[in-house]
Amino acid sequence: MAAARVRIGLEVHSQLTSLKTKLFCGCSSDYQSRDPNIQVCPVCLGIPGALPVLNKKVIEYAIMAALALNCKILKRMSFFRKNYFYPDMPKNFQISQYDQAGGVPFAIEGYLYIEVEGKRKKIRIRRVHLEEDPGRLVHLGLIDKSPYTLVDYNRAGIALLEIVTEPDISSPREARTFLGSLRSILEHLEIFDGGLEGAMRCDANISLAAGTRVEIKNISSFKEVERALIFETMRQKNLLKKNLSVTRETRHWDEKRRITITLRTKEEEHDYRYFSEPDLVPIIITEDFIEEVRSRMPELPEKRINRFATTHGLPLYDARVLVNDKALADFFEESVKLYNKPKEISNWMMGDLLRCLYENNLDLFESKITPKHLVEMIKLIDEGVISGKIGKRVLPEIVLTGKQARKIVEEKGLIKITSRETLNKIVDKVLSENKKAVEDALVDEKAVHFLIGQLMKETKGKADPQIVNRILRKKIDLKRKNEKKKENSSNMKS
Amino acid sequence: MLSELTSKEIVKKIRNKEMTAEECVLSSFERILKLEEKVHAFITLNKDKALEKARKIDDKISRGKTIGKLAGVTIAVKDNICTKGIRTTCASRMLENFVPPYNATVIEKIEKEDAIIIGKTNMDEFAMGSSTETSYFGPTHNPWDLSTVPGGSSGGSGAAVAANETILAFGSDTGGSIRCPASYCSVVGLKPTYGLVSRYGLIAYANSLEQIGPITRGVHDCAVFLSVIAGHDLKDSTSVKTPPKDYTKFLKNDIKGLKIGVTKELFGQGTSKEVEKCVWEAIYKLEELGASQEETSLPTLEQALPAYYIIAMSEASSNLARYDGLRYGYRIDREDMDWSTAYSKTRRDGFGEEVRRRIILGTYALSAGYYDMYYLKALKIRTLLQRDFNNAFKKFDVLVGPTMPIPPFKIGEKSLDPLSLYMCDVDTVAVNLTGLPAISIPCGFIGTLPVGMQIIAPHFREDLTLQVGYSFEQNTTHKDQKPNLSEDNGCS
Repeated sequence: MAAARVRIGLEVHSQLTSLKTKLFCGCSSDYQSRDPNIQVCPVCLGIPGALPVLNKKVIEYAIMAALALNCKILKRMSFFRKNYFYPDMPKNFQISQYDQAGGVPFAIEGYLYIEVEGKRKKIRIRRVHLEEDPGRLVHLGLIDKSPYTLVDYNRAGIALLEIVTEPDISSPREARTFLGSLRSILEHLEIFDGGLEGAMRCDANISLAAGTRVEIKNISSFKEVERALIFETMRQKNLLKKNLSVTRETRHWDEKRRITITLRTKEEEHDYRYFSEPDLVPIIITEDFIEEVRSRMPELPEKRINRFATTHGLPLYDARVLVNDKALADFFEESVKLYNKPKEISNWMMGDLLRCLYENNLDLFESKITPKHLVEMIKLIDEGVISGKIGKRVLPEIVLTGKQARKIVEEKGLIKITSRETLNKIVDKVLSENKKAVEDALVDEKAVHFLIGQLMKETKGKADPQIVNRILRKKIDLKRKNEKKKENSSNMKS
Repeated sequence: MLSELTSKEIVKKIRNKEMTAEECVLSSFERILKLEEKVHAFITLNKDKALEKARKIDDKISRGKTIGKLAGVTIAVKDNICTKGIRTTCASRMLENFVPPYNATVIEKIEKEDAIIIGKTNMDEFAMGSSTETSYFGPTHNPWDLSTVPGGSSGGSGAAVAANETILAFGSDTGGSIRCPASYCSVVGLKPTYGLVSRYGLIAYANSLEQIGPITRGVHDCAVFLSVIAGHDLKDSTSVKTPPKDYTKFLKNDIKGLKIGVTKELFGQGTSKEVEKCVWEAIYKLEELGASQEETSLPTLEQALPAYYIIAMSEASSNLARYDGLRYGYRIDREDMDWSTAYSKTRRDGFGEEVRRRIILGTYALSAGYYDMYYLKALKIRTLLQRDFNNAFKKFDVLVGPTMPIPPFKIGEKSLDPLSLYMCDVDTVAVNLTGLPAISIPCGFIGTLPVGMQIIAPHFREDLTLQVGYSFEQNTTHKDQKPNLSEDNGCS
C-alpha cells in the first residue's frame, strides 16, 4: 500500500509564563511545585459573586505573539464562555476568546516557516487567542484505573495562549519542528519560559489519506507529540490496511503506556454553547497600540539566525540550531562578548556541549556551565595550556560540577607538557618499549602514527602534540640515517 | 417612632448624641422580633455583630471621632450579596451553608460609612421570580396584606423596609427585582444604570442585566444610599468610570418644564384597570406640578419580555453551572458515584424547580441549532429596544408607566402557572435589557394593596428619576400610609 498522505493540525496551549499573575485575578501565576490549592482566590476558584478582571499586560503579550506569527489582529478583543462540566473547571465554563457561534478570536490567518531536512515549509496559523487554564487533575496511577481524582486549582486561571494551525503538517517530525520554532519565537518574545514543566501543551488532529480526523489530547511535550503522532499514524495505517474504517473520535495520549486510547466519540462531543462573556467588556485595539507594541518587540529568531550567519560567520545550519533554543543562542552571544571567537565557541557548543547535555539529559539552564566557563576553557587551549583533546575531557566536568576549567586542569594535572627535556625522555622511553614499531616506522608512516598514539597514552594526552611530533620524527630520521650508515659501512666491509 | 426615621435623621441624632447606634439597632430587632413570624423578611439575622458594630460607632462618637455618612443606620442585605462571615444562601438549598470568604464591594462601601448590617433578606431562589415564593426558606408575606406576595425577587428587602424592620435595604434587579417589591410594598426602589454600582460580590443570575440598588421608604434615603454605593470599581470590569456624586443635591421639589413620555406599551394588555387609573392619577399630579405629559410609543417593548427571558435564562444556565458541590455548597457524594453522577444528583436536589426550569430552558436556548433562533434574536431585540429608547429620550426627559401590571396577588395564586408569573415582569424588563435607570415610587392603593409608578431616565440620569420621585413624594401622602400589622404598636 502506498504511503497515505498524512495531514496534521496542532492546537498548542502555551502558558504566558512571564505574567506575574493569573489571567483574571491577582493570584501568583508561579504555581510550580507549590502546595496544592493555595494560590487561589474567589475569582479563580469560581466563588459565587466574584468577577474576572483582565490582566492588562496580557493584551500586549497576545499582540506580540500574533505579530510574530504574522497574524491579522482584529480590532475588537472579546471574550466568550465555553460551557462544559469538568472537575478541573471551577466555574464549569472556561473564559476564552474563541466563539464557534460566529464571533471572532483575537488574531487570525497567520503563518510560520519551518525548516525540515533543509527545506523551508509554510505552516498556516488559523487563529491565536487567549483563554484561562483549568486546574490540574491528579490521578493515582493510570487515568482509567485511578480510584479517585485530586484537583489542584493553583493552575486554574493561568493565562494560556492558544495557537491553532491549519492541517499543513505532514509528518510527526514536522510537528516537532514546528513546536520547536514556535517555542523559540515565544521565548524570544520573552513571554514564555519553555523550561517550565507543562507550560506548553498540545492537542493534535490527524487524518490519513484525507480520511477521518482523529483528535489526540493530553500531549505534554515536544517529544511526546512526535511519539503520539507516530503511534497514531501507525494505528490508522493498520486499520486502513485491514480495510477497517477510522472512527471520528477524540483520543487520549497515555504517556506511560505510549498509546492512544478512546476518550470520546463524535456522539459524545460537547456542545459548548459559546456566548459572549457578560462580565468582561470588549477591548478596542487601536492600530497605534499595535505599532507601539511592534516597535518594542525583541529580535525574532529568523532575524537572529541571519545575524549569527552574517556577523559571526556561522553556517546557517549552526545558527539555526543555536537560535532554535533561545537559551543556547543567548549563551553563544554572551560567550562571544567575552571572547570574540564565534566559530570556535559555536563549534564547542554544537559538538561537545550539546552532546554532553543530551547524554546527561539536561537542559542548558539545568547544567552548571556558564559562558565564562566555556570561554575560559577555549582560552586555555588557545594559549597552549591544554590541548583540544584535554578540552573534550574538561567540558563535561564543567557542565556537571560548574568548576573553572583551570581548576579542573590543575587538580587533575592535565596541563600540557611542553618541556623538550621531559618530552625527550618520554619519547626515548616509548621508543625503547616499542622496538618493533620503531623498526616499522622507518619505512611505514602508519607506525609513526602508532607511536604518537603511544606517546599520548603515556602522557594521558598531555603532551604538546606539535612538539612531541617534532621530537619523534627527528629521532626516527636520525635512526634512519644511522641505519643507512650502518648499511653502507657493512656493505663496504663485505 | 425610631424605626420610622430617615437615615438623615438617624445620623443627625446619633451625631448629636440624642440617641445611640445601639438603640437604633435594638429598635430594629424589636420590630423584627414582633413581626418576623408574620412577614418572614429575613433568612439570617446578624444581631450580635450588628450590636457589636453599633457599640463601636457609639464609642467613636464618645471619643469625638468622625463617623460615616450612614452611621448607625440599619441595613438589610438581600441574600445574594456576599457578606464575609455571614452566610449568603441565595435562598437556595444549594448555598444553605455557604459563608462567603469576602465582602461584595457595596458591603465594603456601606461598612466604611458605618452602616449596620442587621441581616440577610429572603428572595426568590437565585433571584428567579417576582414573588419571593421560590425561596427554599419559604415565602415572605406582604406587610400590607399578609396573604399576598411582597413581589420579588427582593421581596424580603421590600417587606423589611415596609414593615420598618430596617431603615435601608439592598436589592438587586435583573428584570425588575428591586422595582417589583418596591411597588408591591409601597416603598422606593431604584435600579441604577448598568455599570453605576459594582456587581462584585453579587451572586450572578444574569450578569448583563442586573444591578444592585437601594430599597428605602423615601426618596431622600434612596439618594443618600445610592451616593454611597455608586462608583467605579476595579473589581468589576463592567463598572463605569464616573465621578462620585451626592445624589441628594438633585432632590428639588420642582419639575416645572419637565417633559414626560407616557409609554403606551407599559399600559398594555393584561394591565389591571385599577392600576392604570392609579398611575394616570399620578401622571396628572406630575402635570399639575408643572411637568408636561404626552403619550408615546416604543413598539419594540412588546418583544422585551421574551427577549429578556431568553437572555436571562441563557446567562443563568452558565452562571449556575459552578454549583456542583465540589468546592462549596450542597453536595451529594457517594463512593459508587462518578463525578458526573454526583454532579447531577447534587444539582437535582440542591436547586428548586424554578431554578432548574430556567437552567434547562437557558441551556436549550444556547444549544447548537437553536442559538440563532433564540439567543441571537433576543440580542437583536435588545439593540432595537435601545434604539426605541434613544428616540424617545430625544423628545422626553423621562418615561413613566406602571411598575407592575397588576396589584400584589395571593401567595400560591400563580405558583402552578409560571408563564402568568413571567408576565408580571412585562413592564420592568426593558430597563434591564437597555441598562437604563428606573425608580419605582408609591403612587396609591387599591384597597390596602399598593401601586407603584415607574420612572425611567436616560443612562446615568438617576438624578432625574430621583428629582421626579422626590417632587411627587413631597406633594402626595402615599408615603405616610402604614401597613396595618396588628399588634403593631408600642414600638419605640
